[in-house]
Amino acid sequence: MAYSEKVVDHAENPRNVGTLDKNDPNVGTGLVGAPACGDVMRLQIKVTDEGIIEDAKFKTFGCGSAIASSSLATEWLKGKTLEEAEAIKNTQIVEELNLPPVKIHCSVLAEDAIKSAIDDFRKKRAAKGK
Amino acid sequence: MTLKLPIFMDYHSTTPVDPRVLEEMIPYFTEKFGNAASRSHAYGWTAEEAVEYARERIAKLIGASSEKEIVFTSGATESDNLAIKGVAEFYKDKGNHIITTVIEHKAVLDTCKRLEKEGYTVTYLGVGRDGLVDPKEVERAITEKTILVSVMLANNEIGTIQPLAEIGKITRARGVLLHSDAVQGIGKTPFDVNAMNVDLASITAHKMYGPKGFGALYVRRSKPRVRLVSQMDGGGHERGNRSGTLNVPSIVGFGKAAEIMRLEGAEEAKRLAALRDRLLARLTKELDEVYVNGSMEHRLPGNLNVSFNFVEGEGLMMAIKDVAVSSGSACTSASLEPSYVLRALGVGDELAHSSIRFGLGRFTTEEEVDFVADLVVSKVKKLRELSPLYEMHKEGIDLKSVAWVAH
Repeated sequence: MAYSEKVVDHAENPRNVGTLDKNDPNVGTGLVGAPACGDVMRLQIKVTDEGIIEDAKFKTFGCGSAIASSSLATEWLKGKTLEEAEAIKNTQIVEELNLPPVKIHCSVLAEDAIKSAIDDFRKKRAAKGK
Repeated sequence: MTLKLPIFMDYHSTTPVDPRVLEEMIPYFTEKFGNAASRSHAYGWTAEEAVEYARERIAKLIGASSEKEIVFTSGATESDNLAIKGVAEFYKDKGNHIITTVIEHKAVLDTCKRLEKEGYTVTYLGVGRDGLVDPKEVERAITEKTILVSVMLANNEIGTIQPLAEIGKITRARGVLLHSDAVQGIGKTPFDVNAMNVDLASITAHKMYGPKGFGALYVRRSKPRVRLVSQMDGGGHERGNRSGTLNVPSIVGFGKAAEIMRLEGAEEAKRLAALRDRLLARLTKELDEVYVNGSMEHRLPGNLNVSFNFVEGEGLMMAIKDVAVSSGSACTSASLEPSYVLRALGVGDELAHSSIRFGLGRFTTEEEVDFVADLVVSKVKKLRELSPLYEMHKEGIDLKSVAWVAH
């Protein structure tokens, strides 16, 4: 199976690889997937007091398409509000990266990682507000 | 450096035709194009002569008593089907039980599954962590209904060499036929149908530097005489075992490939084992958490199947695209299931997903091995920097203790 140029580009030059401090109250962390399934994504967002995502980082264990999906997700997240970030759909990732049907689960995982990171951040916020 | 990229290290999948093989084949496409079954003219006689010469060369390679024991087929898949279905059908009044192993090639496993639907009983023996079948388990599994045991010579993924000689002693003593899918091992590890009491053996040309789409089934003719029900109806070629016009150029190539293996195989095996060990040594010197899958002792000389923990196999293959290898990762299969062979070893799905199969062969050079080792080391390091699992491992988190949300 040949990979699309965009997948190759993201896999070879992944954007925003790294780790944010998961104990920082402004950081939300999403960890999805399982090693036994062959893919694990960790996606982190750093959110300003105004609710804007100012930074996003990821690390992924998985195939080239999984790495590319999460790399692309971090690019898209930066500068977005939480509401805009929540609206990102896996089908947009599929379209942008030209993923074949057998790789659609990679985009689903990336969408899950975004939602999970936002969820984690909101829980922290809510706990802080109490 | 004048390396030709991508470097081919997937010699278990197929091999290039040896130039010496091709040279002998060529005349049989053009001026010597006769049908080996034509009895009435010189074109046919020339072709038949070439076919019989090839048969002798192949018989010699596997220690067969007579060239008449070689039945040509379209490849090992057909050979496996013919051996197992042919025996099952012929001996069905004697019994309906077949014994095989869980790490056989799909050509054997799926043939057995079909027979199960037709009322046969099949016992699938497991293997140890070393990827080897225990002959004692074969012995224990034999019942009075058992007609056939099918155990491969060497595994296509992990290269482990099965104790066929010991199994052969048992099957012979118990009066059960022994079939072996010998595709991966022939010429690379000792294989002798008489010394090992093998009654049927599947072989193919393209795994030994011959042409694709061509194989053979060894069928013992005496002590015991093995009988088959043919699976292809037609002109009664191959002593009624397999109808169809013979592919003379491929047969000629197969014969030459067999002869080269017989004369050079042992020497080649030594060279490949040294290269393979060099590759492993370089990988483990630079990287931690590298696991060899299956026995190193009982293993094909050109095989190295290793798992690079915390790095996914397909992701790694993409990163080392200058090297042609294969992986037991789910992502490389349409089923999204990791390798059933690695699972049978109890390797664990995580490590199965992280496996790479390196297959070294006749044209692999030391320069290539060093290039591949360096490339793999640098890319594994890079991907581990990208891996949340490696980070967690470094932080001392036991990955097995994490409540993963399976997808």
